[in-house]
Amino acid sequence: MTKFVVRRLVWTVPVILLVILMTFVMMRLIKGNPFRTSERAIPAEIQQNLERKFKLDRPWYVQYANYVKGVATFDLGPSLVLRNRDVNDIVKEHFPKSLELGALSFLFAFVFGIPLGVLAALRANSPLDYGSMFFSNVGFAVPSFLVATLLIYVFSLKLDVGFPTSGWDSWESKVLPTIALGLGPMAYFARLVRGTMLETLQQDYIRTAKAKGLRWGRVITLHVLRNSLIPVVTAAGPILGFLITGSFVIEQIFAIPGIGRYYVTAVTSRDYSVVMGLTVLLSVIVIFANLIVDILYGILDPRTRDART
Amino acid sequence: MALLEVNDLHTHFFTREGVVRAVDGVSFSVERGKTLGIVGESGCGKSVTALSIMGLIPQPPARIVEGSVMFEGRDLVRLPERELEDVRGNEISMIFQDPMTCLNPTLRIGTQITETVRRHQGLSRQDARRRAVELLEQVRIPNAAGRLDDYPHRYSGGMRQRVMIAMALSCTPKLLIADEPTTALDVTVQAQVLDLLEELRREYQMAMIIITHDMGVVAEAADEIVVMYAGQIVEQADVLELFDHPEHPYTEALLGALPQLEGEGIREGRLTAIPGRPPDLIQLPPACRFAPRCRYANRHDACAQGVPELRELRPGHFVRSGHPASERAGARAEVTA
Repeated sequence: MTKFVVRRLVWTVPVILLVILMTFVMMRLIKGNPFRTSERAIPAEIQQNLERKFKLDRPWYVQYANYVKGVATFDLGPSLVLRNRDVNDIVKEHFPKSLELGALSFLFAFVFGIPLGVLAALRANSPLDYGSMFFSNVGFAVPSFLVATLLIYVFSLKLDVGFPTSGWDSWESKVLPTIALGLGPMAYFARLVRGTMLETLQQDYIRTAKAKGLRWGRVITLHVLRNSLIPVVTAAGPILGFLITGSFVIEQIFAIPGIGRYYVTAVTSRDYSVVMGLTVLLSVIVIFANLIVDILYGILDPRTRDART
Repeated sequence: MALLEVNDLHTHFFTREGVVRAVDGVSFSVERGKTLGIVGESGCGKSVTALSIMGLIPQPPARIVEGSVMFEGRDLVRLPERELEDVRGNEISMIFQDPMTCLNPTLRIGTQITETVRRHQGLSRQDARRRAVELLEQVRIPNAAGRLDDYPHRYSGGMRQRVMIAMALSCTPKLLIADEPTTALDVTVQAQVLDLLEELRREYQMAMIIITHDMGVVAEAADEIVVMYAGQIVEQADVLELFDHPEHPYTEALLGALPQLEGEGIREGRLTAIPGRPPDLIQLPPACRFAPRCRYANRHDACAQGVPELRELRPGHFVRSGHPASERAGARAEVTA
């Protein structure tokens, strides 16, 4: 196991280098320039000076090498557009909020989605099953910004149960964004768990467990649930990454000062260093989420342990 | 009183296409310490019979609509689920056809054995572990203590079936139901597993129901044989009687499909197959269910008029046919012709 983790960690280095290179190339392929947008027309001399200052006049491979050097020392460089701000500062100030929102939504999706799927599977084809699956379909199909708007309308304006319409400070302010962002993944987990549970219940080894006279509760928790969770864990990694990185819309609606806004505006204003810095950061998060999934996978399914040592 | 008495058991599957009468009025009994063989081709209801005894039929779609399963004075069909759980794996246990899929791939072999003894006998963790090693040694798993913490994927098919046997025997049951215990195994392993089963059956003084489509398997292991066809018993007799004087045309055909290596009747050339397929269990005609495949039936006799009764031709030898061998004039000549 240790060997496996170390090998995976070593592998993240070339992956991150590749991510940097690809973002680097793609950003340069988009026409435009951080210093010459229509609103801020500046003389050519000043622009040349700025490019020299930020070393944008060097060949691309030198820029790339410089940037990699920066990442290795945890220095993501200065923002090209926002004056006197380093990417590190932006991350430090705004990323924790996005991380918290993503993590809370993931927790919400996991804690409510899995029991819902389990209940639906155990009462397959009952009204409970149909009800929860209808709810899941709706939750999965309705986009998060619509859910967010509805939640604000119902809970903040009509019912007025103490949830503010925006912000990210008190726990009350975190409830609605968490639900809005987590509802889709929750519905996805519920459907996934129901499907895998029903499949596992059909397995021969479940019949064996019953034939041994084990109590129903033990059959379900130890034999059925554990085997049903393997595919769920596989799906959970990318979802966690998606929730942490993809909360831009929800952050906008609830006016949460997260990292999402910076990401989008940095792309439109060609703020290369911010885009690169955030991409690298989010890649690292996705890579680690998948690493955790793979470790969990090995714990849940002993067959994969033999296959990879 | 017999250990197990199955009386007029009807297990039906309620499907969208209609009611499948998988087990349609089956009765037999198993004496203490004896082995009953249930023989028949795929889909004849032998496995559903076994699962009905254990209370393991998938509900829905299946349901026991009629009949009783008396085990030591208790009717298992009417026993509440929690009491049935106390019987399963403890007084009656079962092993299945495919050992590759019957063990939980994510639990250690040791856990899967000990959970049974801990459940029924309340053994401590250490005692259960000791018992598991003892059981694995009994089913001849080499280095039993060392293999206890392995997962099933490190065991071969034959070894997994031995583990299944060890689990089934762990609480010294009075009855063991073996549903096609050797069908999925390598031919070389089949005989070993059968010998092991028989040896342990004697040692534990268990009764056994062995379900198979292989006449060769029951010939060695069983005391009495029940032949099933399309959800019903078509012939029932002592093992020697059945092999020496098969009465039902279906039984004869099954024996004809068995390769013979010695004796006067050495068959040359091809084995004889039974033409046709078993009937659709949803739309059963009110006639002998074997008639369409029977070489002696014709459209005008009793075979087409109704389902023949299971009658006792000789003491202990029952047959459900309008044309049992002993009532056929010149049957021998016809077969050899």
